[in-house]
Formats: sequence, C-alpha cells, structure tokens
Amino acid sequence: MNKYDIIIIGGGVVGTAISRELSSYKLKIALLEKEEELAFGVSKSNSGIIHPGTQNRPGSLKGRLCLQGNALIREISRDLGVEFKEIGELIVVFSQEEVSRLLQLKQEAEILGVSGLEVVDQAWLKEHEPNLSREIVAALYAPTAGIISPYRLAYALSENAVLNGLEIYTQSLVQNILVMTPVRHFGSTSLFEITTERNTFQTNYIINAAGLYADEISQMVGINNFQIRPRKGEEFLLDKKQQDLTNHLIFPLPTKISKGVIVIKTFAGNPMIGPTAEDVENKEDLSTSEQGLEKVIRMAQRMVPSIDKKDIIAYFAGLRPVADDDFIIRCEDKVPGFVNVAGIQSPGLTAAPAIAQLVGRILKQNGLVMEKKKDFYRQRKKTVHLSNLAFSQAKELIQTDRSFGDIVCRCEMVSAGEIREAIRQGAVTLDGIKFRTQAQAGRCHGGFCTTRIMKILAQETNRPLTAITKRGRGSEIVKEDRADDD
Amino acid sequence: MMIERNLVIVGGGPAGMAAAISAYEQGVNDILLLERDQYLGGILNQCIHPGFGLDYFKEILTGPEYADRFIKKIRDIPQIEINLQSLVVDLGADKTLTILKPGLLQQVRAKALIMATGCRERTREMAHIAGTRPAGIYPAGLAQKLINIEGLLPGKEVVIVGSGDIGLIMARRFVLEGASVKAMIEIQKQAGGLLRNVIQCLDDFDIPLYLCHRIACIYGKKRVEKVGIIKIDDQGNDIPDSHFYIECDTILMSVGLIPENELIEMAGVAIDRKTNTPLSQELNKTSIPGVFVCGNAFKIYDLVDSVSGDSGQAGVLAGEYLKKKN
Repeated sequence: MNKYDIIIIGGGVVGTAISRELSSYKLKIALLEKEEELAFGVSKSNSGIIHPGTQNRPGSLKGRLCLQGNALIREISRDLGVEFKEIGELIVVFSQEEVSRLLQLKQEAEILGVSGLEVVDQAWLKEHEPNLSREIVAALYAPTAGIISPYRLAYALSENAVLNGLEIYTQSLVQNILVMTPVRHFGSTSLFEITTERNTFQTNYIINAAGLYADEISQMVGINNFQIRPRKGEEFLLDKKQQDLTNHLIFPLPTKISKGVIVIKTFAGNPMIGPTAEDVENKEDLSTSEQGLEKVIRMAQRMVPSIDKKDIIAYFAGLRPVADDDFIIRCEDKVPGFVNVAGIQSPGLTAAPAIAQLVGRILKQNGLVMEKKKDFYRQRKKTVHLSNLAFSQAKELIQTDRSFGDIVCRCEMVSAGEIREAIRQGAVTLDGIKFRTQAQAGRCHGGFCTTRIMKILAQETNRPLTAITKRGRGSEIVKEDRADDD
Repeated sequence: MMIERNLVIVGGGPAGMAAAISAYEQGVNDILLLERDQYLGGILNQCIHPGFGLDYFKEILTGPEYADRFIKKIRDIPQIEINLQSLVVDLGADKTLTILKPGLLQQVRAKALIMATGCRERTREMAHIAGTRPAGIYPAGLAQKLINIEGLLPGKEVVIVGSGDIGLIMARRFVLEGASVKAMIEIQKQAGGLLRNVIQCLDDFDIPLYLCHRIACIYGKKRVEKVGIIKIDDQGNDIPDSHFYIECDTILMSVGLIPENELIEMAGVAIDRKTNTPLSQELNKTSIPGVFVCGNAFKIYDLVDSVSGDSGQAGVLAGEYLKKKN
C-alpha cells in the first residue's frame, strides 16, 4: 500500500504549483495525473498570459490571488529557470464614450493594488504600438502584464518538486475515493483510500486540482456543491515572421463572460489570436470550427488590421473549467482533509503560485503539521534552448556537446541534444517533446522532423517505433513496422 | 578570421547538385555544397517510384537512381567540397552564412551564393481545416518518408485531401502496402497533379476522386476516426445537404508546396508574399546581386528533369558573376 500525507489529484499548472509549494515541507506527497504526461489537460491550451489584475473585481479571490501571483511568478520563474517576459498589456477602446470604462477599470484595479496603470492616447499608441488600428482612440496600459510558457512552467514546477521528494503517477485516472473515518468532528482528519487504474493509495489529505473533472472527483467523497461547465476557447497561432506584429498584449474591453479576443505575444515569439468563449456540453470537445476562425480573425483584425489568415500555422481549442464566478478554494467541512481547488479558469495561470500558498495555509488551519525542510532545493537548472543563445554561447555549447549542433527541427532550431534532454526530464510523447522544446511547433508542423524525433524517443525510452504516440495511448503515429514483419 | 569561399551552394538535392556541377564546368573552383540531411539527393531518396529522367537522361529511372547519377558525378569533382548535416541558420545581406553542424557552429562568407533549399508541404493548418487534432494526419511527403525510408505504415484506411502529385503517388503506394484508400478529395474542378499520375495511381486502382468537394471537419479524439465532406458549387459555396462522412484512420494532406526562402528573406531579398518566391524578372536571379535561387525554391516544378535543367543555369549565372567580380 502506498501511504502519503497528501495526494494531489491533477497535474496541470495548479496541481504542479501546489506540489512544489508543499514539497518544501517535511511531508510525503504524491501527484496523480490521468494523462501520460503533466499539463496535457486544461493547461496545455492556456494562452500564457500573466495578468496584472486589471480585470477582476477588487473583492474577489480571483483578483487577490492574481495580484499576488503576478508578484510571485517573477521569483518562481527566476528560481526555476523559466523565461518570463514582462511586456505589458493594453486594453483598447474605439470611442471617446468608452474611455470612461477604462477609467472605471483603472480605478477598480488600483483599489485591488495594481500599480503603474495609465490611460494612454493615440499619440502614445502610434509610437509604441504602430500596427494598431487608427480607430483605436485610447487604451489602459498595465505594465506588469507578462508572458510565460504555461507548460514549461508546469514542467519546471514538477521537476523541482520531484527533486524535493514529490512522487508522480501518470496514467492514473482516479476511479474511486473511499472516506475511511466514519465519525468526524472538528479538527480531525479523514483517512482516504484512492483507487486508480493501476494502484491503490492511502492519504490523510486530498487536494482536488482535477480541472474539468474537479466536480466528479468531489462527488466521489459526497461533495456536490458545484459543477464544472466547460467553456471552449479557440486560438490561432501565426508565423514567427510576424513576431513584431505587436509589442504588448492587446485586449478589447472585457465582457461579462470573457476577456474577449486578444492579440497575444507568445513566449516563443509567434503572435497568437483568440480565444473564443463558448459554453459546450462535452468535457473532451477540443475541436476548432470555421465559425471560430472567422470570428477570431474579424475581432483581431479590428484591433490590428494587418493580421492575415495566411499567416496561421497552427490552431487548437482549450476548455476553461468554469464553476462559480470566483475560484473555489476551500477545505470541505463535511469531509475534513478534502480540499477543493476548482473552477480555476482565467487568471488561473497567474494565480497558481498564490493558490499554492493559500492551499498550504488551509492545510495548516485544518490540522496538518507543517514543518519546513532544511534542505529544500529552491532552484532548478535552466533548460538549454539553442535558439535563445548568443552566437558565442551556442558555439561553446556545440563544441562541448556535439549533439547540440545536430539540428532536428529546423523551423524552430531544436537540436538532438535538447530533445534527449526533454526525454530525460520526463517527455514520453511527441506532444510532450513539442511543449518542452518547440520541436514540431514551427511552420512545417513536423513534416520534416517527425520521423527523426520518433527514432530518438524510441531509442531513449527503449520502445519500438510503433509504440510512439502523439499524446498517449491510442494516438500512435504509425500502425505497423514492416521491418518487423518477419 | 572569417572563412571566405568563391561559391556556396545551400542544398544538396537535385537543384543544388546540378548547380554545383554546372558552376564547376564554368570554371568555378572552390565550391562549398551544404546539405542539412545526412545524405545527398534530397526528396528524391524517398521517391522510389519510376518516372524520373525521361527528359534529362532519356530513360526511366526511380528517384534514388536519378539522384545517384548526380551524386556519382559530384563526388568525382574534388573542387566541390560537400558538407552533410550542415544547416544554415542565418544569412546576411553580405552573403555571410552561419552554419550549424554536429560539433561546430561557424560563419562563412560567400562571394557568390546559390540557394537550392527546395520546398515544404502546405499543412492541414494552412488549409484551415476545422475539427480535432488527433494522430493520423500527415503531409503526403511525410507519409512517403515513413513508408519508403523507415518501413513504417502510418495507417490502414486513408482519405487524401488535395490531388497534388505526391498525394497521387501516395494513393497508389498505400494500396500496394495493403491499405485501403477510400477517397481523394479535391476542391478544384480538376486534379492538381499530372494526368499520367491520375491514371496510373487512382484510376488503375479504382480510387474515387471527388472533385469540387472539400473537407469540412476532422473527427477523432486520439486517432483520426472520420472526415466530414461537403460538395461545393461553381462559386465555391457549400451546397446545402451535400454533407457526408467517410470513416478513416488516416488523412494525407496534398494541398500544395511552399518554396523555402526564409533564409534569403532574412538577408533582405525581396519576396513575393503570395508565392514565397523571390521577386524576380529572370530565372534564378534575386534582388541581391550574386545571390541566386534555383529549383523548387525559385518556383514549384512538376518534373525533376526541369529542375536539373534550370538549376544548371544558376551555376552558369554564378560563374559569370564571379568572373565579372574578379
């Protein structure tokens, strides 16, 4: 029997942030993930925006944790060697009447504690953001907004947590949770037994960070007080040739249900446009639509007219796990020891480090003895990305290790050395390699490099080529190996 | 100290090899040929079907046989230095190339430069096809590489989108490998590839070709499960109630080729954004003197025989340019 102090269900950016935070204490912790790799659920479709806190009500948990998270992410990204760029955001308006909305947003954000806000005029915009539509009359400038790779952050958090003792079980869909202490009173903790496809675990505390499935996990212990409704967002990535399209994140005025279609700058340099916001029934519906594309193009072009459909090199859809208006982060009184972290939609990525700290405080309040480790390893060695290096650094690296000069993905300039490194850090699928290294994420979309990456992955993980998948069982790339026929 | 070479040729496929040989025959010595792959010949290596060489060699050859004729010839010319696994990652307006290979990153300045970088395939994403993103969607050329070079069968029930020559060739190839090719879907009123390929690769194998149809949606969570297809009218509009589905586990994309000219674009060569080719009044020339482009990077060719012929001309132009300069 595997016994733990805490089990975290869900290996997205929230689950990994909580893992890393709790791994600084003398606790035995495990993380369960249903997919073959971490960050393959809600997190993989995240836009990668670190929000300043301009679009959340001052009294909300979302607003408070967003602001705290925005501050914390700087330190965490430094410690973990994940690139964070503070590029700032502009919320743009098309008429003088709408300027009052900007002032209202500014006032609310200032009450929340957002600093550096400024309403800027057309002259400012012309100088700092020349590709914006001339019809835009003003914008709210928030300099503390930034961008990060959501999956690289999740992988870095998990790697660091593992270094500090976290145990990760992938392909571990939770099937059943047994609450083993029948009589409860205030301050006591339940002992849970969790059954997955492969194992049975016992734990004193459960953190439910299961994203779209948080309601179903919660129901397993008899808590039915919220429901997760998937809200789809379609996003479209443009060619890196357009990387100077904008200098900031460009937002329209927010609506009740979403922040609207945004012109995003991604960590890799490609602009991205989207997302749509559409409530759907199916928690696995990740399809994009022709209507979605038309809508996103139209709304993005309204802000940046030079955006061209022809520059699209990739697209995808993600599902936001929507519960209430606000995040649900609480220990359930009816089941002591069971902590729900649910409905973490935007600004969930930004808030994740703050959510993690809040969960730590909740556990403490609920009787968990938490003692800091003396030998907590705060830092993680930065992953090398050849394309980010200066000429002299790259030259030195290639001379030290020739595999870094052996380019596999030529569109994004990713070497065999980087791909091997990603596999050693835990990538077991082609998508896992793509998220970590950018290989196959460029304009040829893997047309030239897929076979080479498959071979490296097969070799490093000692599996046949027919076992190599795009993102886990059932998504094998090839059906048969003819060389194996006889 | 910057290394300087008389002529650098980027790309060791049919275009680059023809250009190198012809430049040598013009009297250019000190030629550096850079190939990013581990072997010369480019895409010809995966084209194991016959049909090459009728114009250029007056006989019918397979792709590898065609390539081999040039490889043998070029290997016998000591004035042409061949560097394999050498990827050019940057190009300056002064013809300075940054070259990356296992164990080495270096810069070389070329007096004259011929770019023979070929083309890439248009993807499903560039065709903006809606639906999911499961495993089982391949550019036709990638499927060709998987089968012919790696000995791997990508799928068993295939629908091909577009009717370019690689798609046609791969329709036949999949049938020969025991797979079922259920349909080829073409949005235009006629097939995109050569007539002989339509006859030999589709008609001879009873593969249905749906003209004036388009893929509306791809279905499948982990692996492709089916495609939705719509008939379109003369104006390109969807015909109501014409929607139908074909079940399949594999989709091949054969929807066109894009010349690879990102390097010369970096160097400041004027590019036609529509075709991704150099803006040029004359075969193989670009807006920068001494920078020449040949083969599929200059324009998309139907036949490799024409690539060899025209690329020889690039070698001649480079020779003349160097003579004038010296």
